[in-house]
Amino acid sequence: MLAQEEIIKGVAKRNGKTLLEIKHLYKSFENNHVLIDFNMDLQDGENLVILGKSGSGKSVLIKCIIGLLKPDQGTIRVFGEDIPGLNQEELDRVRVKVGFLFQSNALYDSMTVRQNLEFPLRRHWIRRSHENVDDLVKNTLEDVGLAHTINMMPAELSGGMRKRIALARTLILKPKIILYDEPTTGLDPITGKEIIELMVRVQQKYETASIIISHDMNCVKMASDRVIILLDGKCYADGRFERLKEMTDPKVRQFFE
Amino acid sequence: MEVTSSWRSIFNEAGDIARFAGRFFSKWFKPRYETPEFIRQCFTIGYGSLSLVGLTGFIMGLVLTMQLRPSMVDYGVESQLPAIVGIAIVREIGPVITALIFAGKIGSSIGAELGSMRVTEQIDAMEVSGTNPFKYLVVTRVLACTLMLPVLVILNDAISLYGSYLGVNIRGTTSFHLFWSQVFANLSFGDVIPALLKSYLFGLAVGIIGCYKGYNSNKGTEGVGRSANSAVVVSSVMIFVIDLLVVQFTDLLGLN
Repeated sequence: MLAQEEIIKGVAKRNGKTLLEIKHLYKSFENNHVLIDFNMDLQDGENLVILGKSGSGKSVLIKCIIGLLKPDQGTIRVFGEDIPGLNQEELDRVRVKVGFLFQSNALYDSMTVRQNLEFPLRRHWIRRSHENVDDLVKNTLEDVGLAHTINMMPAELSGGMRKRIALARTLILKPKIILYDEPTTGLDPITGKEIIELMVRVQQKYETASIIISHDMNCVKMASDRVIILLDGKCYADGRFERLKEMTDPKVRQFFE
Repeated sequence: MEVTSSWRSIFNEAGDIARFAGRFFSKWFKPRYETPEFIRQCFTIGYGSLSLVGLTGFIMGLVLTMQLRPSMVDYGVESQLPAIVGIAIVREIGPVITALIFAGKIGSSIGAELGSMRVTEQIDAMEVSGTNPFKYLVVTRVLACTLMLPVLVILNDAISLYGSYLGVNIRGTTSFHLFWSQVFANLSFGDVIPALLKSYLFGLAVGIIGCYKGYNSNKGTEGVGRSANSAVVVSSVMIFVIDLLVVQFTDLLGLN
């Protein structure tokens, strides 16, 4: 564990409003202590990458943030709301403002691409006219460069295309924060790079903040304003990519070698 | 020791299914109502099973009549064949056979569909988009099963009786009018109401068990297969258990 003074505080875009704040978070599965006194925050417009080994609790962390898992202890405040303390209705209201891109994409495979995008939209913007919904779906698909796939089924798409459609479905409710769970896993390096570029582009266009869970160094380098290294259930290091890369601590170095 | 642990797991699962059913009853009447999805499920579950239920019902009525005839002839009550077959089909065979076919087709399909949605994180995706997956996926399917199975049972009974009419006429001559008059003259509300009551309960059981197995699926694709399989097995056993209980219950009410 690095001494507290050695933990580099992130500097990028730190003057904005705090959208998300986690304090003293603990999460265990029976005797497996995954998160131990974990602390972090996320500023408006910031791209934060959480770097860690497989099984280090990165996915557990973002599932706690979105309320899919309940932490054992600690606070998670998103837009000032304490997520573990919210009832279902309040949680659903917060979730509309937080997009989640699953590692497996999680596209509804019994629905077409259009229906996949319409699904969250119709459930939250019921009063919107059919034309509005249609335009929004087409525009969002254009943003991810896949307008021509609108009537296709997810099974007909390649891995990279499915990832883009999943991103489009995440973007359609215009979230303020997007949580990416290993967005480049399972993709070839070229497609992975395209997805990262797309993530950066949509982040600028939609003015979102993001938390990106990854162990792909290309992704960390290209997409991050700030990086947190999650080690032994704790925030081991926190800072800009370039700064962390120069650190001599062997536990930090292992991620960059 | 192994026997004790196996019984324990059976009771644990029964408790989990009861809790799941309790969750369904606490949610189904509360808004938001997923009406379009419910109608879609009624169509898929009801209309989608019609041809299978119709075909098996027709064969069942025909075969039952042909196999009963020799015994009826021996006892000299061949003329009562339509009445006997009618009562057998409406009271017991129609609801139970339709429910078993329904469990095989719909129970397995729900188990596999929800299981696959669980392991590919589609249920989680629904939840994070602010949709209650339990209401959208489970409540709609269980309600559709509960409402569609009695409709299928009624259709199956009618088609079975047509099959029986054909069976009666293979080795004899009974007019269409006489056949149906004999069937209806020997049927009363006491025959129909218990049959409908158990059809609703069979539908509810198939829906809840199929959804429970799929919704709680794990261990990847292997888990999906296991969910589909155990949805059919547990539903089929439950159909016989409910049959037994409903007979006792309606007997107490003097409906048998």
